[in-house]
This record gives sequence, C-alpha cells and structure tokens, in this order.
Amino acid sequence: MRQPGATLALTIAMIAGATASARAERLVVSLSNHRVAVTSNFVGTEIVLFGTVEPDSPRTALRGGYDIVTTVSGPTVTLRTRRKERVLGIWVNVDSREFIRVPSYLGVLSNRPIQQIADVTTARNLQLGLNHIILTQRIGTDFADTVTDDPFRLNFINLQKEAEQYRDVSNGVTFLTPTVFRVSIPLPANVPTGTYTVDVKLFSGGQMIARTNTALEVIKSGFEQYVFEASQNHGLIYGLVTATMALMIGWFATVVFKRD
Amino acid sequence: MQIYLPIADLPVNIFLVLAMGLTIGFISGMFGIGGGFLMTPLLIFIGISPAVAVASVTSHIAASTFTGAISYWRRRAIDLALALMLLAAGILGTAAGVWLFTVLRAIDQLDLVIGLSYVTLLTLVGALMINEGVQAELRARRGQPATLRRPGSHNWVHGLPLKMRFKRSKIYVSLIPVWGIGFVIGFIGAVLGIGGGFLLVPMLIYFLRVPTATVIGTSMVMTLVTMTAATVMHAATNHLVDAVLALILMVGGVIGAQFGAHTGQRMRAERLRLLLGLLVFAVGMRFAYDLVVMPDDLYSIRLVRDR
Repeated sequence: MRQPGATLALTIAMIAGATASARAERLVVSLSNHRVAVTSNFVGTEIVLFGTVEPDSPRTALRGGYDIVTTVSGPTVTLRTRRKERVLGIWVNVDSREFIRVPSYLGVLSNRPIQQIADVTTARNLQLGLNHIILTQRIGTDFADTVTDDPFRLNFINLQKEAEQYRDVSNGVTFLTPTVFRVSIPLPANVPTGTYTVDVKLFSGGQMIARTNTALEVIKSGFEQYVFEASQNHGLIYGLVTATMALMIGWFATVVFKRD
Repeated sequence: MQIYLPIADLPVNIFLVLAMGLTIGFISGMFGIGGGFLMTPLLIFIGISPAVAVASVTSHIAASTFTGAISYWRRRAIDLALALMLLAAGILGTAAGVWLFTVLRAIDQLDLVIGLSYVTLLTLVGALMINEGVQAELRARRGQPATLRRPGSHNWVHGLPLKMRFKRSKIYVSLIPVWGIGFVIGFIGAVLGIGGGFLLVPMLIYFLRVPTATVIGTSMVMTLVTMTAATVMHAATNHLVDAVLALILMVGGVIGAQFGAHTGQRMRAERLRLLLGLLVFAVGMRFAYDLVVMPDDLYSIRLVRDR
C-alpha cells in the first residue's frame, strides 16, 4: 500500500508543487490492540494508539505546531433519557426523550482543550468534542439534534460521563516528539461490546490538514458471551435451563445438608 | 474478586453477592420465607437495575423454596390438592404479572411501581406483624399462654359456593377465595420479584383457616412453582434473567438457609414474627425514603434498542 500511495501523493505534490510550496502531511497510526475481550474478571482497560505525522514526500517540509483530536465511537444505541418531577410528594418520571442511534461509547482525546485547537465553526463542522457531536433526538415526530445547552442533551451527556461511557480528555494525546504521538483510550469495565471506530484528525493552525481512521472490536468472550447470547436469542431455553439449575441447586442442598 | 454479570452488564464483587445470598438465606431459613422481598431491594441498592433484579431473584427463590419444599414433603406437611388449586390461578397471575412488567417497563414507570408497591405492601404487612408480635410479647410477660389464632367460627369466606374438601389440611372451603389468593400471589410475585410467602401464609391462615401443620409447606410448593414459571417467562419475554447473578445468590442462599433454619428452631414463634415484622417494615421505609427524598439526579437513562 505504501508504494502506490506514495507515488500518488508524489504526483499530486508535483502538480501542486509547481505553483505553491508543497505542504502535505499524512498520518500513520497503529493501535496496540484491535480486539478487547471482556472476560469475567474484566475491570476496564486502556488501548494505546501510536501515530506519526509524516511528510507526503521526502522533500516536503513539515510545518510543525500540530494538534491531534481522536474520536473513539462505540456501536450505536437508542437510549431514552427520563426526567423526574415531584408529583404528590413522590418523584416520578414525567418526561422523556429518545436519543436515536447515538454512540454507546464516546471518547474524545486531544493534546489540549478543543477550543484552543480550532474555532467554534470548525469544531462544529467536524463534530469535535462532546459539545459538538451530533446526538439525534426524537422530538415528537421530528428527528433532530438540539442546541448544545438543551437540558436533556446536557443531562444525557453528564449521565453518560458519570457512567464512564462518554469522556472528553484534553490531555489524552501526548506528543513524544514534535511528530510522534501517543493516544491512550480508556475503556471502562462496563464498556459496550461491538465495533468501535477510531477517527484521528491532525490540526495545524486551527485547520484540519489530515485525517485517518482505524477500528477496534470489543467482544464479550468465553462464558459471558455465551450466556449473554443465549439469553437474548434463545430466551425460552435459557429460562428453562436457569430454572432447572435453580431446582438442581435446591435439591443438591437437601442432599448435602441432610437435616431430616 | 470481581465477576462480570453478563445480563446486568456490570462487574460485581463475587464475595459481596455471595455474602448477600448467605445473609438473606439465613434470614429466609430462620423465618421460613423465600426472602425475595429482601433480596430484590438489596440488589437494587448495589446498583443492579430493578428490572434485572426482579427477574433474576425469581430463580433464586425457586432454588431456596425447592430445598424447603423437599423437607416439608418428607414430613408430609404439604397439602398437594390445595397447592394445585392455588397454582391453577397462580400461573395465570404470574403470566399477567410478567405482562404488566413488560408494559410498565415500556412506559418508564416500572421502577416507580416497584417502589410504591414495596412501600405499601411492606409497611402495611410489617406494621401488622409488629403489632401482633408486640401483643404476643406482652401476653408472654403477663404469663398468659399464647392464644392460637384459629377460632372455630366461620367467616364470610366460608359462605361462598363451589366448595371442596382438602383432606390433608382438614378444611372444607370454596374454591373462589383459593383461586383469588393464588392469582394475587402469582401476580405480585412476578411484578415485584418476591415469592410472596410472607403474604401467602397469613392469607391462608386468616381466610382459609389452613392449619399451621400444612400452611408453610403448601405455601412453599405454591411459591416454588410460580417462581420457576416466572423465571422461564421473564427469560423468554424480557431477556433479563442474569443466570450468573442468580447462581451466586442461590449457592449463598441455600447454605445460609441451613444455618438460619437451625437458629430459627431455637426461638419462640412470636418473637420470630416480631423480628420479621420489624425487618419487613424497615425495608418498606427504606423504599419510602427513596421515593420521597429528592434524587441526586433527576435524569436517568434507559436502553431502548441495541442499535
């Protein structure tokens, strides 16, 4: 892949370089692990992504002063956020909003706060950070995202942060040299299973100059996976097996502790 | 040691859950109850969602009542005919309960209904038991013998038609209240994740005059079958039964129950009832507190679809 890519880039650089000075970077990234297995003793983990900023061709100059924003999104889910109010002295769910196909996990990792990396317009266009990510809500019959200070949206994000599913980490990216960086992606113990996309954006002078993405997979492994799938896909059999297990244990107890 | 619960979707300390199973098992063995009304709240308090807690506890109760039912069967303390009649309606009640559970969950009011029902049921039953226990205690202080609460006079229940004779219990009663009680217990059990033993036993004694010799054994059979059915139905419709959680609870529960039964046999029945009443009442008040006090967060999230 490297050879044709480089040739293509060189061609573009040569065409572009005829007039302007050739300044193009590309990102090369690699994940420490593409597959995370959630086992019975899983307490969360951290995936590390290493990356380097490379000139497109040997002759192009690097401009330096880079910023990295990495967005890790988990499989999408539809979640309902409910709001309680006091009715006749007790707290009751009175209102709810559905968030349609939003990421179950969302980690935004950068080397410094997003607002210092890009202006609001750029951040909004590129959906940088939790404030600018699009979270579609069902409002009546409409499907739309609301303003960023909508109480349902704010509380949704806060709850997801408390559950460690959403996070903004403004020091999650470390530059080891001016062009080599490391991103640590924290995955909590209750991380949802599925395919995660990792989107890495390179900024310089407030503009995005390169972008790449990769993916990782979180799977429930072994016994947990088996139990979970059985419960979802074969509910009746699962129920019968669980009930049988209960009766076996109940019977076993009378054998072990012979009291009568 | 942490263990990941596949359905509840969270890691818990295996020893904590085992200890909970042991403790509740001890209490249930001591008082001769299933212990669901204590186990379900306890699971909710450690962070398991009420829906998963209710669904999983049903299988835990099935295990502990099966142990009890076997030993009562050996002592010939079960009225099988009565149990079957209760069950006929009980299964219908369970199905209705599982249906209501699904509906309430869909409209986001399940937690509220569980909370409110626990408050009403537990404080009421708890208060009645405390009252009775205190009176018995006072009588014992005065040196009077404990009166057997089984007067010979008939109440309105005995005037109903469709009568049937239950030989082992030596009673002759209408099937209408039997079916009514069976339905109510099956229904409450499925919605609230309780076996209903602490409700069924007094109901059988007061309404049907079932003698003490067969009442607990018969109640256990009833609870055993409704809870086994509830486990299967909850698993088939709501997919919320966490078998790993249930397994740990069961193992703790059946061991605890053995020691509890041993301790219970050495205590006076009236004092046991007073203690159980206090416990039931306390759990009810804990639920009331949660409903009345402003929650830390007014907002909450629930998964609608996995896509």
